[in-house]
Amino acid sequence: MLEVENLSVSYGAIQALKDVSLQARHGAVTAVLGANGAGKTTLLRAITGLVRPRSGTVRFDSHELTGLRVENVVRSGVAHVPEGQSVISELTVEENLRLGALWRYGRREREQEIERIYNLFPPLSERAKRHASTLSGGERQMLVIGRALVARPSLLLLDEPSLGLAPIVTAQLMAILSELVQRSDLTVVLVEQNARSALSIATWAVVINHGTVVVSDAAEAVAADSELRHHYLGF
Amino acid sequence: MRLFVNITLSGVANGMIFASVALALVLIFRATNIVNFAQSAMAMMTTFIAYSVLNRGNGYWVAFAVALACGFVLGAVVQLVLIRPVQNKPPLNAVIVTFGLLILLEGIAGAIWGNTNRGFPAAFSQTGITIGTTKVAFSHFDVFIVVAVVVLMVLMLVLFRATTLGLRMRASAFASEIARILGVRVQRLLTLGWALAAVAGSLAGLLVAPTSSFSPYYMDLILVYAFTAAVIGGLDSPIGALVGGLITGLALAYVGGYLGGALEPLSALVLLIVTLMIRPEGLFSRPTARRV
Repeated sequence: MLEVENLSVSYGAIQALKDVSLQARHGAVTAVLGANGAGKTTLLRAITGLVRPRSGTVRFDSHELTGLRVENVVRSGVAHVPEGQSVISELTVEENLRLGALWRYGRREREQEIERIYNLFPPLSERAKRHASTLSGGERQMLVIGRALVARPSLLLLDEPSLGLAPIVTAQLMAILSELVQRSDLTVVLVEQNARSALSIATWAVVINHGTVVVSDAAEAVAADSELRHHYLGF
Repeated sequence: MRLFVNITLSGVANGMIFASVALALVLIFRATNIVNFAQSAMAMMTTFIAYSVLNRGNGYWVAFAVALACGFVLGAVVQLVLIRPVQNKPPLNAVIVTFGLLILLEGIAGAIWGNTNRGFPAAFSQTGITIGTTKVAFSHFDVFIVVAVVVLMVLMLVLFRATTLGLRMRASAFASEIARILGVRVQRLLTLGWALAAVAGSLAGLLVAPTSSFSPYYMDLILVYAFTAAVIGGLDSPIGALVGGLITGLALAYVGGYLGGALEPLSALVLLIVTLMIRPEGLFSRPTARRV
């Protein structure tokens, strides 16, 4: 279980997160929702160690993540997919995937894990030797998610995976994710502005507004609360 | 015709040396966006260490190996001690640090070995090879220069393209934050990058020393030529460093051979300015327009 307690993050004079506490349970998708600029991305960056929180703690299972370097957070089983389909476009599809597996696996296991990702996302295997810059938006998103999954993380942090994707591609992606969570023990924190699609696969939901948690409840309850939806989620 | 051939051959040999230093500049620039103006002084330093090793009665190849090893260590130490503190600061800070290091190293070398010109031995004969009955301006040492730089380039290419270490290094250079969230220890690889660059520089130092007046300042002009070569090649492309080195070497050789050697430094600057005017991104730069 991921436990975030009293997390505060500032960029200079701007406070991006104020005293944020939340949990993400094992084997479930926890959606983190909120408007643009609410602090969702900052939350993920603070969990991974890309930004230093001013105060507060982050724990995953028994690992204390607060203050660890990013490279070591990754080694405790955390995979972070940043927003913007962040493939390394100068590398090939296969090199991107290999990079994700390097810290964990030797050569033979690595190739097996990459093969597993190709089975999960068949379009990637057809484009294995091509530069990641040649991929479509949906394929890029497959690649960054595949690259995060290739080292078999226990916690997956997804930042706006639906951004810039056609609705049908988003739906496919969500279906794959939800299947993955059901089959394995993966814990997912799904940050989304597209609340509707996130709530469709989430078990839990947290709504953030102006850097503070306003609601933390079962996803169904959040989806059913029309006032809340209207006020914070815009649908 | 014979003059043209001779000039071309010497241009190729010099071009390979420029390519080697340009490669050092490119390796560092593409990983850290810093132009290491101390590259020449670092190469000078390790070549002087080789000089001392030689003076103690050791063989040439011992001194050669020591210089490259010292280059590796020096590059790593410079990155760890001087560059890390300025890495995430405005780029001018790093420029000033590398300039400061240039002056510091030249001062230290002057204090230890003196500022006089001296001779440095070559690995092979420096008299021109005779082909048939004609003697060309290309010596066994020139052959060695070409072979050594080509071997270095091939080794670097294999490292970058065919090993997982190289994959990590490329990822760190292209997208350091993404590399970090994939578990790559980017800082260590930057240190390694500086170390490898300094090895390339040290090799150039050893290759230049026999053909120039060997003093603490003997690499300064080479740095100007290598910088020109790197800019022609696009500053972030290793292949560009090689091609840029050859273009610069040949251009300087033709200017020196037909118009007079005094014009060489000037022509390098003209080449640099023309490149920046016509194709500022260089010949081999990776596209800067990216999809996001």
